[in-house]
Parts: sequence; C-alpha cells; structure tokens
Amino acid sequence: MSVSVDAVSPSLTVDPSDRRKQRRTQKRRANVTGWTFVGVSTFMVIGLSIFPAAWALLISRRKWNLLSPPKDIGWKNYNTMVHDPDVWAALRHTLFFTALFVPISILLGMLIAVALNQRIKLVGFYRTAIFIPFVASAAATGILAGFVFEPNYGSANDLLRRLGIPPQPFLESPTQAMMVIVLIALWGQVGFTVVVYLAALQDIPKDVVEAAIVDGANRRQVFRYVTIPELAPVTVFTAVWQTITALQLFDLVYTTTRGGPIGSTTTLVYYVYQVAFQESRFGYGAAVSYGLFALTMIVTLFMIWYSRRTKIEAF
Amino acid sequence: MSLLRAVEIEEPSSTVPRKRGWLPFSGWHLLLMPVALLFALPLVQMVLTSFMTDAEINSFPPKFIPTSINLGGYQQFLTESLAPRWMLNTVIVATISVIAHLILCSTAGYGYARLKFRGRNFGFFAIVATIMIPTQLLMIPTYVMFSKLGVVDTLAAAFIPWLTSAFGIFLMRQFFLSLPKELEEAGMIDGLTTFGVFRRIVLPLAKPALATLAVFTLLNSWNDLVWPLIAISNQDNFTIQVGLTTFQGTRRTQWSALMAGNVIATLPLIVGFLIAQKQFVATMTFSGLKG
Repeated sequence: MSVSVDAVSPSLTVDPSDRRKQRRTQKRRANVTGWTFVGVSTFMVIGLSIFPAAWALLISRRKWNLLSPPKDIGWKNYNTMVHDPDVWAALRHTLFFTALFVPISILLGMLIAVALNQRIKLVGFYRTAIFIPFVASAAATGILAGFVFEPNYGSANDLLRRLGIPPQPFLESPTQAMMVIVLIALWGQVGFTVVVYLAALQDIPKDVVEAAIVDGANRRQVFRYVTIPELAPVTVFTAVWQTITALQLFDLVYTTTRGGPIGSTTTLVYYVYQVAFQESRFGYGAAVSYGLFALTMIVTLFMIWYSRRTKIEAF
Repeated sequence: MSLLRAVEIEEPSSTVPRKRGWLPFSGWHLLLMPVALLFALPLVQMVLTSFMTDAEINSFPPKFIPTSINLGGYQQFLTESLAPRWMLNTVIVATISVIAHLILCSTAGYGYARLKFRGRNFGFFAIVATIMIPTQLLMIPTYVMFSKLGVVDTLAAAFIPWLTSAFGIFLMRQFFLSLPKELEEAGMIDGLTTFGVFRRIVLPLAKPALATLAVFTLLNSWNDLVWPLIAISNQDNFTIQVGLTTFQGTRRTQWSALMAGNVIATLPLIVGFLIAQKQFVATMTFSGLKG
C-alpha cells in the first residue's frame, strides 16, 4: 500500500536526510560564492599588513643585514634602543613637529572651514586654491619648498626683505629647519582638516542655530556656544588622526632636508629608514619601528580616554 | 568613523544674518584672500619658474613672471634623466592600481555587505584591524618579503601595495549597505546569479562610490614615495616621484629643470582636480588618513 502511495507522488515525500544534504550543499555554495567575492582582497590585505606586522616583531629580535643569516638576540635591540641617544633626539624632533603641527592644523582648519561656510563671493575660488596643494606629492612639495625657502633668492626671504626683516637661513639652519617643515606640512595637509570641518559644520542642525538667534545670541555667541561644542567630536577625531600622521613624518623630511642639517630634522621614521635601508641594520630598525608603534598606541589611547572622560563622543 | 563617508561640499549653510560692517565687502575676505594666495601662489610660481632660464631665476631681485617662455628646463629634465621612462612607469603603476582597486574592493565590499558565508565576521574584523597598522611598521618586513618574492627592483614593488586596501573595501561596503535590498531581491527572482546581480544591478548603481575610489587610488599610487623608494634602486624602474627626488639630489641648483620636472609630475593630478573637484574633495576626508 505504502509502496503505491510513493509511486503516485514521489516528489511529495522527501527523505529528511536528503533535505539536510541539500541545505548543506546550499550552505557550501554560499561559502564558495562568498569567498570568491572577498577571498583575494582579504588574503592580500592580511598578507600585506597583519602578516608583515607580526613578522616585524620577529625581525626586531634579530641581528640581521639580510645578507648573512639572521642571529637571534632576544630583546637586546630594544635595550639598545632605550639607550640610543639618536633615538631620543629623533623622538624630540618628532614630538616638536607634532606639538606644532597638530594644534595649528586644527585651528587653521576650523577657522578656514568656518570662513568657507559663509555666503560670500569668490568662495569657489578660495576653496579650490586651499584644496589644490593636497594633490601635490611629497616629492614635488619638497622641491618646491626648497625653491621658495632658498636663502639667497627664494620668495620667502624676498617677502621678509620687503617687510624689512633680515633674510633667514630656513632649511639650512638646525634651529629653523623643523619649523619650516611644519609650515610645508601645513600647506599640504590643512586641506584635509578644512574638509573634515566643513562636513561637520554642514551637519550642525540649522534649527539649533536659529533657536540660539531667536534667543538673542549674536554671531560670536552662536560660534562660542553652539558651533564649537557641536564641533568637539570632530576636533577629537582630527586631533587623534593628525597626531598619528605627525608621529610618522617621513616623506617631507626625505624630500627637503634628508634629516639634516646636523640631524636636526631626523624624525623617528626617518631614523628607522636610515638604520634599516642605509646601514642595513634591519633588526634594530624593526625594533625602533615597534617602539614608535607602541608610542603611537599609547598617545592615541590616552587621547581617546581623555575625550571620553570629558564626555566628547568621537569614537 | 562616520567621517569615512564621502563628503559632498554643499552650499554654505551659515544662517546667521550678516551685520553690515565698515567694509564694502565681507570681513571674511580679509582672512580668505591671503590664505588662498599663500596656498595657490607657490604652485603658480612653480609653473612660471619652469619657463625661466637658470640665469633669470638666479637674478636679483627674484622675478615672478618670466620675461619670455623658455623650454630649456623641460628639455634638460626630459633628456638628462630617464623622465619619459619614469612617467610611463608611473602611468603603468597608477593604471594597474586603479583597475585592481576597483575590481577587488567592489567585490570584497559587496561580499562583506550582503553575502552570508562562513568566516565573514572574522575576515571583516581582520580588514578593519589593519587600518590601525602604520606604514612605518611595514617598511622593513615588506621589503624583506618583496626581496624573498623577487619583486624588489621591479615595477611590481610599486603597485603591489596598492592593488587593494582596507579603506577601499570599507568604503565600498558602506556604500553597498546604503543601497535598498529590494532591487537585488528582484534580480534574484528574475533568475540572476549572485554575480549577475552584482554585475548588472549593483555595480551600475555604484558609479559615484567607484569614482571616489578611483580618485583615491590614483592620488595615492601616483604620489607614493615610500614603497618605490625603498624597494626600487634600478633607475629604469623608478616612478616619477622617486626619479624627481634623485634628480633633485644631483642638481640642487638647476631650478628650471627641477621645476619643469615638478610640473610634469604634478600637472596630471592638478588638471584632474580642476575637472573632478567634487570627487577629489570627497576622497580627501579619508585620503588624509592614509598614514
């Protein structure tokens, strides 16, 4: 009897194990499709960052010039690093750059963004002019800066002369070179902070501003009590990001001073470059780069912790 | 991280009424005009100086506008260095990078946005985690890896780091998440495969995001200095950026040639910026984050 029922409608009764098998093949097919989409990218991103980052930790425990076989020396490189006066000098130069670059880029970025957010004529021209240095490469920027700040016939000294100020050595002076690099970095990077602040300004709800005006606030009060608090999260975000960028200054140093004069612009990353790629001390270079990574993490976490404590939600 | 979305600069949103002041124009011009000139003039000077003779450049007081158009600098730069070769190399590197980025980031972004598969959360988490790893940490191991793979001193060393990126994947994923699902479901009902839905329905909608991604990759791969600098020492395989810095190292004072080189290396991007300013500005919010 049962046999005849099956014969009449075979498709109506499906063996439950068949259904499970079907679901399993479906799942397997979904997995294959999924990894076809993401596989190459995921593999490459991991292979070009997480894998080498982990490898760098191994390299940092070695004495290695890439030619002779590596020698495992434990944590000795890190010990050397802590007692290396060049590392401390590089750290000082890096922090000096960061301490100047980050606050100025934020203040300037905010100021310019507020100005560009006004209904005035020529705003399109101003915007283009301020953003365009962003596309200039570090190489081009470095060469151009070398020309503008050339002590004898550069336009910077020409301008000073017209203002009655004696000409300066700029990039050729150990005391001025880093400050000039700050200026050059600002020229190339302020566009970024301006864009971030412009976006944030346009996100400020209009009714909040209008309510403040109805309540009798003038323009300065609106800026002080509405705009600045509304911009606080973006400011924290920008400060953290600019700090991370500043601690890793390399390109501009390479294309302007190559660390000179007398090592006065050697930053930590430039020092890593020198140690590894000019002196072939790859193990030690990796150790210094891990030291900088740790410093960056500490500074970042501190800034995030501090902003959380002061109740500014940025992350 | 909400800042990672593409930002379009809208019309100024200030609603505070302006007070009529003592100036016939808005006081903001007093700030913006000098700032704008400070930012733009060096680039104008770069172009003008490239047409001067070295004698003219070294004259005192310094000249801003050339007395006549002189192409000596360009001739010197193009003949005394391998500049044409370097430009070709850079174009190759940028083209490969942009095409690979568009394909790899859009597929991966779609996979992580829409598809369900094993290991999806792990993979995406790993990609986001890499954003925190700075380039400086990767210089040494990547160089060692490249030398083991035999790509040191080849053009591949310049484009391999730009084939795909965590930022690109993240950008595309965010974009795909913002699309309504209904269109894709309709495509499925019409019998399209997952890949068919991606190709015929999703990608055509993704043009704005793809344009942003293309500009981001073009900027980064064209201007990259670190990777070609550490991994390529054979002059034939230099990119224009490395070539320029080497040229600068040997001809410190031949400014007309140096400025001509600068113009050649920068002009394509400046022209691109003037044509597609919206896309460039959109990429700036996260290009600054390239680290």
